[in-house]
Amino acid sequence: MKEINSLREALPDMAVKLKKYREVLLANLVMTGEIAAPTFQEERRVEFILNRFDESGLTESSIDDGGNGIGILSGNGKEKEKSSILISAHADTIFPASTDHTMMVTSDTITGPGVADNALGLATLVSLPYILDELGIELKNDLVLLANVKSLGRGNLEGIKFFLDNYEKPISSAVCLEGIQLGRLSYSSIGMIRGEITCTVPESYDYSRFGDASAILTLNEVINKITDMRLPRRPRTSIVMGSISGGTSFNTIARDATLGFEVRSESHQVVQDASQTIQDIVTEVSSKTGDEIVLDIFANRTPGGIPFADPLNKCARAVMESLDIEPRLAPSISELSAMIDKKIPALTLGITTGERTFKTNETIHIEPIFKGLAQVIGTIIAADGGYCE
Amino acid sequence: MVETKEKKGLKISLCLPTLNEEKTIGKEIILFKSELVERYPLLDEIAVIDSGSEDKTLEVARNFGADTYLASDILPELEPKRGKGENLWKAIYQLEGDIIVYVDADISNIHPRFVYGLVAPLIYRDEVKYVKGFYDRPLALSGNVRPSGGGRVTEILVRPLFSLFFPDLTAMIQPLSGEYAVRRDVLEQIAFPIGYGVETSHLIDVYSKYGLEAFAQTDLDKRVHENKPTQDLGKMSFGILQTFIKRAKALEILDKADHTTILRQFQARRDQYEQNLIEIIEDERPPMIEIDAYREKFGK
Repeated sequence: MKEINSLREALPDMAVKLKKYREVLLANLVMTGEIAAPTFQEERRVEFILNRFDESGLTESSIDDGGNGIGILSGNGKEKEKSSILISAHADTIFPASTDHTMMVTSDTITGPGVADNALGLATLVSLPYILDELGIELKNDLVLLANVKSLGRGNLEGIKFFLDNYEKPISSAVCLEGIQLGRLSYSSIGMIRGEITCTVPESYDYSRFGDASAILTLNEVINKITDMRLPRRPRTSIVMGSISGGTSFNTIARDATLGFEVRSESHQVVQDASQTIQDIVTEVSSKTGDEIVLDIFANRTPGGIPFADPLNKCARAVMESLDIEPRLAPSISELSAMIDKKIPALTLGITTGERTFKTNETIHIEPIFKGLAQVIGTIIAADGGYCE
Repeated sequence: MVETKEKKGLKISLCLPTLNEEKTIGKEIILFKSELVERYPLLDEIAVIDSGSEDKTLEVARNFGADTYLASDILPELEPKRGKGENLWKAIYQLEGDIIVYVDADISNIHPRFVYGLVAPLIYRDEVKYVKGFYDRPLALSGNVRPSGGGRVTEILVRPLFSLFFPDLTAMIQPLSGEYAVRRDVLEQIAFPIGYGVETSHLIDVYSKYGLEAFAQTDLDKRVHENKPTQDLGKMSFGILQTFIKRAKALEILDKADHTTILRQFQARRDQYEQNLIEIIEDERPPMIEIDAYREKFGK
């Protein structure tokens, strides 16, 4: 407890000191963020990150067979007693390669597609070895820096799952980095299924059935039925209808229409039940309309997490408090759930404040970054010192 | 490179001439400072020399740690002039470097190579005095020949002019690029047009004084910046022509045009650059009135 108190006292000063590395961090942010990395096409970005790891003198940096970029900062502890602290940031973005990835820097902000999600997380990851070295911070345990690929959408956390399945040393704790929002503290994962429902009007459809033959109308019927589903208030459950597409023009009948959705719940059973109900709806509407309807569920998470009173969680909150960061507790469906599945105590932390996430003019604020960074370093030191066990 | 630079006791200054460049200047300074000052100490100073921006160019530049100067504050006793060339010229007085690197401030895909690519030949090879950047990124490596080199003003104005009067200088792949690194002892010896003609005049003057051997060129891969409307290119061409004619007259080479019929263009074959020589003979007929048969037919 003594140690964590002295760490807490040191952190506000560290946040000020870290400003010295502003250009180093922001240069990494700009260079990483300007390399397009849509899910499944992260190679160039990961290569760049590997180069940075090499430049920082990390001897054990490599790209694993899953495509993840890994850098290991060896701790100075005894080989037999050492464990690994995993810091991860997902390398992929939702933006296609055709999007202009140019970042714009003003005195207070940086704007560009994916700057918050997750160029800043990656920049923090690649700047850590340099900054720790400059600050003279030596860790006992190995710090494993992971830029994990194939995380979003249909990627379904493939990269991090591959890494966790194949990394051989014990991982004592893990932190996932997300660009925003500062104060974010996720320590539990909620249950989730993510999928698409695609309605297609068959080729042989009788087009003389004036007007009522449209994949959009069929999908509309499906949506109405999903909206009518009864969801429990406890455990908390929601259905997100995230995207819709279909048809080609004003005056032609839509041949196909697709809904992208997620079901999220604190209860695994509720997610499974909802999934079954949606399957029933699809079958019912399909048989009524004669249209082909395909339900494709390509991602799922099981709920879980570390307890609120878990030492890692407590440490992170103590670190945040010392930096005047108000913790905002929220469950996560990102990399955290893959770690929780493997029973690794893990947290997700945000680095700074920002807005317009998922738009091409996504923006982050520069000033709060240093607190966010101090929070990450503080949590690493606490985990390394064994205060979180 | 940093080691050799230090062994040779060289100081290197980066000059970014600006006028209303708030959108791109922050990123340039962050990248150069992080990579070429903090991580690899290649640059001894990063200076922004501004022509009087009305936006936040100077504030952003100062915030990220660049030295900022108003061109009009440097050598204030001289009559003030306004133009990019003025900023470049005043940099020689204000900055300390033995080598000055000039990089335009409007590049949106800025990368540290814009600086290290330009200074490397000066650090490693003492005979090189002036390094010019060019941009060429092959889109498809199919082995086909592709035209290579400059923008519209280069191809329409500068390359034909050089073909006529300074055939050697057509070897410059992108004579108008705003990215170059030069030794101080060369910079202090040449005049600076304050406007559009500054790059052209540099090439002619350095060539006349030191020969083609003084030059090196670096492929900076790709440069993304705003495309200028044709009217602006007209202004640019007019400035370049003024500078050019002044020098051609001083060197008494205007007559040379009478005998030259070879246009020298550039093409690239994979990563090889080759000159393309095209003979264009502009033969002339006299006024019809001078032809006997014509006069006879029309009774003149």
